[in-house]
Order: sequence, then structure tokens, then C-alpha cells
Amino acid sequence: MLSENEIAPDFTLYATPDQTISLSELKGSAVILAFYPADWSPVCSDQMALYNEMLAYFKKYNAQIFGISVDSKWCHLAFSQSRNLHFPLLADFEPKGEVAKKYGVYEDKEGECKRALFVIDKEGVIVWSYLSPTAINPGADGILTALESLK
Amino acid sequence: MSLKPAVDQNDHVQGTKTATLEIVEFGDYQCPYCGAAHPILKEMMEEFGHQIKFVFRNFPLSEIHQFARPAAVTAEAAATENKFWEVHDALFEQQSQLSTNFLLQLAENFKVDIAQLKENETLQNKVDSDFESGMRSGVNGTPTFFINGVKFDGGAVDLYALLKSESH
Repeated sequence: MLSENEIAPDFTLYATPDQTISLSELKGSAVILAFYPADWSPVCSDQMALYNEMLAYFKKYNAQIFGISVDSKWCHLAFSQSRNLHFPLLADFEPKGEVAKKYGVYEDKEGECKRALFVIDKEGVIVWSYLSPTAINPGADGILTALESLK
Repeated sequence: MSLKPAVDQNDHVQGTKTATLEIVEFGDYQCPYCGAAHPILKEMMEEFGHQIKFVFRNFPLSEIHQFARPAAVTAEAAATENKFWEVHDALFEQQSQLSTNFLLQLAENFKVDIAQLKENETLQNKVDSDFESGMRSGVNGTPTFFINGVKFDGGAVDLYALLKSESH
């Protein structure tokens, strides 16, 4: 798993059925990457639903958040609509898990992303990373502390 | 993970204010898991309330629960008239009926000034600061409990069981 002070590998992934996002386009703002195993986990403890409530706080630090899983762009669209998400979910779908593998957070046995967080500064350098036990939603306190350190 | 900030005079407290055992719940009035936890916590407080300082902080997931925040504001409005816990109980006990009309009716029943419910910055700020406290303390869903400032990895049933086992 990549860690502090390493360059965040660039990627281009679908964010909507017809739009892609590249990490390199985002230089100039901080980026939070939240790798997670799968869409459609239970509602009240859902990590993406939690971050969805916190967008205003992330914005204060000029940070953009992206969820990443191996689900397809159509699955992400349905999930996103169902949870009323206001931030992009990226589809690490083809080749499957390629980006997760670059970041060292792919779970081969399940064929899913591990539950991992990266905070990347505006120059594209990782300032904080965290691997969470898969069954545990890591919350946002670590992200906020990392964003604060950027100031 | 620890509770940030610590419990202070802005918090709603029930049980025994001077107790050395402090339990903080982060909850959402529309969350079904919080609704299910409520009667267990009531029973726990009946049995151990003399030993517990119990605090509730708001953690509304507004995007998935449209009445969570208005319900939190209603309870905070009631708090200004020292009726927080009555309204808090009523909200969880009648969770399935949550709606705009229900909240107005509830406020009326408890004689809470309805004018307060709309765009009262102080009440909105209280809900925001509770939520921010949850974020900073590592709350990852509701309900989440803290015992003496330390995150407890379990639900209301586990919490109650822990107290029972400690008391024997």
C-alpha cells in the first residue's frame, strides 16, 4: 500500500456513464480517495453516505472526495442516485481493479478494493493513507486531521 | 478514538450529572437502528441511571433521512424550554410517523415555540457542532456510543450487557 510522501499514481476512470476524471486534472486542490469494497452496503453505517454529509467540511479545506470501487459506472449511477450522493464514484472496472492495484489496496481473493483512504495534496503527493479493516467504516476523523496538516 | 470536544455545559444530560460513568450517544432521530436502541437505553437508564451521566449528541444523516435534521432542531428548540428529553423520547417512540406535520404537532403538544423551528441560527449551529464533534471523534454511523470519552465498539444491547456484567 502506498504511503506518505509517495507520488499518487495518475489514473483516468469513469465518474459518470460518459465522463472520465483523471487525477492529474485535479492538481491545485487536495484530493481524498476512498477505496471501498462494493456499492450497496447497509444504509446507516454506509461510508459513502457518511462522507456525503461532510462535503461542506471537506470543501473548507479545498479538498475533493472520490469514492472508488470495482463496480461499473452504471452500478455507481444507481447507487449514487439511491443514496443521493453529491460527489463522484469512480469505476475501477476495466481493467478490473487496476487503480486499486497501483495503490496497493486490491483484495485478490474477493476481487474488490480494500477499504482504504488516501489524502493527496495539491501537488499530487500522498500526505496520509490508512487501511481499515474491511468490515469497519473508518469514519472521517483521520481525513480531517490530514487535511488540517496541509494548511 | 476519543470524544472531541469533551462533554460540556452545552450538552443535554440525563441520569446523574455527577456520575463518574459518562455515556455519550451520537444519534439520528430517523435512523431505524437508533429507534431500536431507544427502548434498550431507556431500560438501561431505569436500572443504572443513578450511576450514569447520559448525553445525547445529534448526528443527522440528512441526505438519506430527510426528517433527521428538522427532528434534531425540534428537540433543540424544546431544550431551550427544558423539555429536551421529553421531546427526544417522543421522537424516537413515534419515529415511524416523522413528517413535517408531525414535528409541528409535537412542538405544539409540548408547547414549544414553533417560530424557533424555522431558521433559528443558534439551534442550527448546535446541530452542526454536534455533527462536527461526531466527525472529529470518528463516529461512523448511528448510534455510536462513547464511554468516558472512549469510542465503544458495540450497540445499545452490548452497552447494556457490559453494565450488567460490571455490576455483578
